[in-house]
Amino acid sequence: MSDPLDLLARVRLLAEAVVTSDPERCVQCGICSYNCPIGIDVRSHARVGAVIVDQRCISCGECIARCPRDVLWFGPVEDAAEDLP
Amino acid sequence: MRHVIVGSGAAGLAAAEAIRARDGVAEIVMVGREPHAFYSRPGLAYLLAGTVPDKQVFIRGRDEIAALRLDRRTDDARQLDLARRELHLAGGAVVPWDRLLLATGAAAIPPSFPGAELDGVVKLDDLDDVRNLIARAGGAKRAVVIGGGPTAIELAEGLRARGVEVHYLLRGARFWAHVLDPVESQQVEDALVAHGIALHHQTQVARVVGHRGKVAWVETTAGDTIKCDLVAVAIGVAPRLELARQAGLSIGRGVRVDHRFQTSAEHVYAAGDVAEVRDPDTGEGVVDSLWSTALAHGAIAGTAMTGAPAGYRRPPSLNVTRLGAITITIIGAVGQPDADDDLVTIARGDSLSWRARPTAWTLTGDDPARRVRVVVGPRHLVGALVMNDPAAARALTRLVRHRVDLSALRAALDADPPGALARLIELGAAAGAP
Repeated sequence: MSDPLDLLARVRLLAEAVVTSDPERCVQCGICSYNCPIGIDVRSHARVGAVIVDQRCISCGECIARCPRDVLWFGPVEDAAEDLP
Repeated sequence: MRHVIVGSGAAGLAAAEAIRARDGVAEIVMVGREPHAFYSRPGLAYLLAGTVPDKQVFIRGRDEIAALRLDRRTDDARQLDLARRELHLAGGAVVPWDRLLLATGAAAIPPSFPGAELDGVVKLDDLDDVRNLIARAGGAKRAVVIGGGPTAIELAEGLRARGVEVHYLLRGARFWAHVLDPVESQQVEDALVAHGIALHHQTQVARVVGHRGKVAWVETTAGDTIKCDLVAVAIGVAPRLELARQAGLSIGRGVRVDHRFQTSAEHVYAAGDVAEVRDPDTGEGVVDSLWSTALAHGAIAGTAMTGAPAGYRRPPSLNVTRLGAITITIIGAVGQPDADDDLVTIARGDSLSWRARPTAWTLTGDDPARRVRVVVGPRHLVGALVMNDPAAARALTRLVRHRVDLSALRAALDADPPGALARLIELGAAAGAP
């Protein structure tokens, strides 16, 4: 059973934060995409500095935790404004 | 217009993408000995360690590659004829060009110790090397790793992750001594030991001894013998300059280029690890062996080749690397006065500019797991090295990149170094996008 605080934190992330990237740190190794449980191609976003605005993203943070070069982080949702459809 | 790109690494790919983005009809011919689709060279370390499968290292989908409409030729470029504007390939073909880019990259420097030719002396330079390493690791009990910089660590950790007993021989007293300070070296070495890697300081290979043509053991200059199946070598890389040299281009540490990446010959460009770029601060020619730098070179060179306005001012070199499970961000000049005997040249994931030792002072934080070292010049931050603290790394990268004027803060920084570090990170965090 998941920790209610974790759940709360996740809801907040879904509402207020998106996975954000710094392309200059990215070496396109693909660990992020490989570990995404939903199958989102995170690498294709990270290499161009795009935020993940895919509605399937569950903000699990797996890509952020696995990235060996700290390319990804949860950033404020306003950073995503330009990338939103 | 026919563009010919020699090399299919990061710079070559970025150039091809830049050309195609601006010119839908130009011919783009890409020539290189690499037989594989575009892959992440830094990602090979994770393939070796088993963190990702083989298919994951390829960085462009079929549709993206098809959209580039490249005429890709797997062949060695042997001769560059400037007068006739022709490139001669080893297979006999002659390729005419209007604009030519040398993106030949850098190659691992072969070792010179006796026994270097034996089967089982290996390197980590390209995808075939890693596939070879993976195949050999399955039957290997023990490996000796020689060299320095990130690639030596990638070899040691990758082989260890595959169950091989690893002995890492360091010529000097500590790891990567001209970039890391003694505490940082110690942190990385402790992490390696924690992963089960045996370190041998101040130890050199006297010779590698074989049995029936295969590596059998290593004899050290101290007189020790280490029985092993593999000897993995990472003593540095050198730009592949043969073609440029043969064509008579101006060469220093690499092929000298101007701010548009044009070489000393009109319509001939060079980018990536092979290019020597002028550092705007020191005026010196610098070579880097960094993925993001090669991409930036290639994108600007490709743009310039189409005739579009393009110019490059070399920024402070940035790289992020995972050494002994510690994520280390290095930006700008963080050099140490110590020499590094384990590298004969630059390593992959390395920049000559990091070795610069500016007139500056250093602040170091107290948290050993999240260590931050900054080098502060008279007016601005000239370099930073951050361990395991991505927010601090991003903040300090901004300060170095944008040359944020810190002169008003200098007195406060001098008076309270630990507090100063926190203030610098806050200042960088407030500075916005990277």
